[in-house]
Formats: sequence, C-alpha cells, structure tokens
Amino acid sequence: MGASITVDGLVMTYGSLRAVDDISFTVGPGEFFGLLGPNGAGKTTTLETVEGLRKATAGRVDIDGFDPWKRQPELQRRIGVQLQSSSFFERLTAREQLVTFAALYGIGTDRADDLLEQVGLVDKADSPVEDLSGGQKQRLSIACALVHDPEVLFLDEPTAALDPQSRRNLWDFLQGLNGSGRTVVLTTHYMEEAETLCDRVAIIDHGRILELDTPDALIRSLDVPTRIRLDPEAITVDAARVLTGALDVHSTAGSVVIETREPGPLLAELASRDALEGLAVSKGTLEDVFLSRTGREYRA
Amino acid sequence: MRSPLMSLMVAMAKGFVRDKMTLFWAVAFPLMFLILFGGIFTDQGAAKLDVVQVGQVAVLDEMPDQAREALGEGFDIEKVTSLDAALGQLKDGDVDGVVTQDGDKVVVHFSAADQVKAAQVQGWFQGIVQAANQSVADTPPAFQLQTEQVEDESLEQIQYVTPSLLGWAVAMSAAFGAALNLVSWRVNGLLRRLRLAPIRTSSVVMARIGVSLVVALGQAAIFIGLATAAFGLKLSGWWPLIIPLLAAGTLSFLSIGMLGGAVSKTEEGAIGLANFIVLPMAFLSGSFFPLDGAPKWLQIVSNCLPLKHLNDGMLDVMVRGQGPSAIVLPMIILLGFALVLGTIAARLFRWDT
Repeated sequence: MGASITVDGLVMTYGSLRAVDDISFTVGPGEFFGLLGPNGAGKTTTLETVEGLRKATAGRVDIDGFDPWKRQPELQRRIGVQLQSSSFFERLTAREQLVTFAALYGIGTDRADDLLEQVGLVDKADSPVEDLSGGQKQRLSIACALVHDPEVLFLDEPTAALDPQSRRNLWDFLQGLNGSGRTVVLTTHYMEEAETLCDRVAIIDHGRILELDTPDALIRSLDVPTRIRLDPEAITVDAARVLTGALDVHSTAGSVVIETREPGPLLAELASRDALEGLAVSKGTLEDVFLSRTGREYRA
Repeated sequence: MRSPLMSLMVAMAKGFVRDKMTLFWAVAFPLMFLILFGGIFTDQGAAKLDVVQVGQVAVLDEMPDQAREALGEGFDIEKVTSLDAALGQLKDGDVDGVVTQDGDKVVVHFSAADQVKAAQVQGWFQGIVQAANQSVADTPPAFQLQTEQVEDESLEQIQYVTPSLLGWAVAMSAAFGAALNLVSWRVNGLLRRLRLAPIRTSSVVMARIGVSLVVALGQAAIFIGLATAAFGLKLSGWWPLIIPLLAAGTLSFLSIGMLGGAVSKTEEGAIGLANFIVLPMAFLSGSFFPLDGAPKWLQIVSNCLPLKHLNDGMLDVMVRGQGPSAIVLPMIILLGFALVLGTIAARLFRWDT
C-alpha cells in the first residue's frame, strides 16, 4: 500500500506564462506531502499534471512506473482525486453519487455505505447534493475520491471554506487515511494545516519550489526569535527590558511581549522572580516561513 | 452492481427526471402544442364567405332549393338595399363580395385585399351563372366534373400535427439534453473527474445516447397515446417503423447538441445556441404547419435539415400508410447527418474549460 511519486523537471507554459517552471520532487510510499503557495503560484497546475489532467510542456511525472497522462486503468485504480470544485452528478443524492462512482470502478454498493459513515454523512445519505453545506460537499467529494480505496490520494485545498470544527474533523480523518499507509498529496494555503498534517512540504511561488523540507526543519531554519507573553501584572515593560537576553520588549492589548534568542535563561530568571502569570511561549510558525519566502504583496 | 455505462445512464436519467424544468420543456411544452393544434384548431374547416346581395339578383333568387342548400355551405348571403353601404362594408373587409344584377349582367364586386377569398367569390359566381345559362338553354352539359380527394390531402389536422410535433419534441430534448449535459459537467468539473476514472471516453457519449433514446421513445408513447385517445389519431399499419426513424433522428439531434455543447462555455450559452438552432429548424421542417405553399428556396433550405426528413418519414409510415421503403431515404440522411456533425463535435470536444 502507498505508491511513490517522482516529478522531474516539470515545466508548464501557457503562451508566454511559465506557470510551472522546472519543479522536481519525490514523494515516498505512505508519505503525507504538501504543496504550499499563494494563489496563482502554480501548485494546482503542478498537482493536476501529476494527476494526469494536464500534459506537461516538459519534464516527467512517474507514479509507480506509470505516466499519468496516458490514461491507463491500472494506474487510475490506484489514484484517488478530489478536485477543487465540487464535481458531482447533478440532482443525485449523496449515496447515489458514491454508488455511481463505485460502479465506475467496478465496486459494489456496500462501499458507499461504509464511506458515508466514515465521513459522517449517514444522515445526509438521501439528500440531493445541491442541499449539502460547503463542508458536507467537501467531505462527500473526498469520499468519492476514496471509493476505490486508492493507494495515492490527491487533495486540492480540501478544507477551503470550512468552519474550524469541520476542518479539525477532516484533519483527523485525513491523518487516519495516511496512517493506514496511503500516500497523500495535498495543496493548501493554510499553514496550520500543513504543519499538522504534512511530513514534508514544498513552498512554491512563481512556478518554482522555494523550500522543500519537514515543517519543523523549515521553522528552525527561519531563525525567528522566541516570543514570551506575560500578563502586565507579572512584569512591567521597563523591568522586562533589562532582563538577560531580552531583544525587544513591547506591550500589546493585555500583555507584555518579550522577544529573545535565549529563552532558557530568560524564563529561569522570570521564574525566580515568580513573574510567570499568563505565560505563553511561541516560536516561529510555518506561516512566518511562508511569508518570509513569498513576501507580503497581494496575489491573485 | 451496475456496469460503468449503465451507472452513467442511470445517473443521467435521474438527473433528467428530477429536473422539473427540463421535464416541462421536453414533455409538457410540446404536448401543449399538440393540444393547441390538435384540439382547438381541428374541424374549423374553410371560413364561410360573406356575400351581400343588393336588390334583385335573378340567378340567386330563382335558384333551385337543392342548389341553394349546396351553396349555403360555403356562403352566407345577406340582402340589403343600399349599394353604397354594401361597397363600404366590402372596402372595410367586413364582407367578401357584393353582388347586383343590372339587366342581364350579374355584377360581382370583390376586394383585392384578400386574394384567396376574391378568387373564391369570382369562381363561385362564374359557376352559378354558367349553371343558370345551361338551365335556360335547357341542354344537358357535355362534360361533368367529378372531384375526388386523395388520402394525403384528407389528412385531418391531428394526423398531420402528431408526427410533426413529435419530431420537434424529440429534436428539442435530444439537442438540449446533450448540450446542457456536456456543458454543465464540464463547468462543474465532473468531466475531468470522469476522465480520471477507468472508463472509456465513449462510455460518457454512449450513456447520453442511451438516455436520449429512452426519452424519445417515451415522448412518442405519450404523444401517440394522447392523440389517439383524445383527438382520434388513426395510425396506419407500419407505424412502429417510427422507432428506427426516431433513433436515427435522436442521433442527429444529439450531434447538434454535442456540437453546441462543445463550443459553449456556459449553460446559458448552450441553451441559447440549442434554441437558436432547433426553433428555426422546427419551423422550416414543417413541424408547426405544412411547407407545401412555401417558396422554392425555403423548401431547399428545409431539405437540408434533419428534422424535415424525420417528419416526412414519420408522416409516411404513421398516417399515410406507407411501408418500410418510405423510411430508407430519411434514415440514410439522418444517420449521415449524425455522422458528419458527430465527427466535428468529437474534434471540438474539451474535457475542461
């Protein structure tokens, strides 16, 4: 279970636009791989080329020895794809969608009922797809991608437009899928999602890979100072400025924020003063890495 | 478990019957026309001619009762005294002729505004005057005219409109169904999703053909059932031959829809394009009224349209009592049309927007 994917020197051009400009990466069996990037960075184009929906201008894609652009049933049975838009048969119920997709893969109707339960749509089984909420549609489309129990799962922004409850539940579900040995490739622009789910992430912008590593390694490499937050009652801004290793101290609504590169001694000193009220310590996040690499200007 | 082809057909069919609007346009709307043409305009016959007689007109006044009765079926004769008033009515189009007698001359006034009625009025009076002359001369006529109608022209309204409107209904639902299906599946991304499934591309097309054939046969059953039960449609012996005709016709109209679906970017565009093609085609193919009186060039245009040949073929076997040989040419034309347009549509086909 779990296939490996190799992308080598992938280029996609539309007229004069190089949407994907020499991208290479590999995804190992059972790995959870994330493609991150601002809108228009080229992550969806990359994903669709890997899925076999687009023909690469140059370069090579290989999934377990198959070229996805050539429509081969052996490969198609191994990959599951959830597309960005909700691609359903109009006016069919949730269960009918799954039964129809199952039949396309030569699978019986039992699987449809299993999947409805797994994605928590049993009570919506007989609702037309048009009556489902955004989150329910999203879960149904993932269920449709899983109908033939694929070894590789491609997800294009699976939690876009979901509320926090739906998002967390979906994360649990996706972790479970990966835990059972599937290879998962997803695109997202939620850094928290990538941090939680992905073994490795590639940060893409202007059609190129800017960074490719584990989320932790990327955050460490960023070398941002640690932030220590305290209640204003614990310590005054002036008192905090003279602490050993304090780089910058400022107050925000309801807290004092100390930035430092030596959090250990500084925290020990605060502890000895019994000034730890409301303590919160944070290191840089993947979002900091992302913004430092891709910049702050608006995108498409 | 169903085969991939069957499951696609079922999905399409469910999408069709659950869409009230599509059902209305495919079934209820053409049926409204059947009821309108078949029920309301039936047995209206030719309109009577209104003729005003001013003063004494011997040929009318002295006409034998039997002849007067026969005349009465086509004429209403009103007697007045004022010629000016009568001519005024004629000019206003309220009456179709004014007749007076001046010595031996019978004078018929007519208006050129309605040439058909003008000719009828003149023809009738010519006949009446001749008959009167003969009876005065007291010689038997050397020639007698006997008129007989052939089957085709005795087609009652319902006999004509059922096959013709059925052709239109089938054309509409096949073309719209294919165009809409293709565009909406492309717009919502389902076509791309299907592209990633281990099915043949042709399965999607075959499924659409299957559904459209079933819909066409359903429309035929409803049309013929209603026309027979409510409006006295009489089917001739070879009428089941409409089934192969409808199948070939459906393929033609599907190819039109596929072509429309291939070039349209939105569902609204596809509906507009299908309308733009199907409605003029229906008029030019005699779906609403016969084109016998149409100018030559219009009949040539009409012969280039698949619906015209479907209508002709169905009229021949459904109500004109013709046999299998009558459907050969229409079948060849319809299938040829489907092949040519289908090939072009396949070339223009796109999986995504």
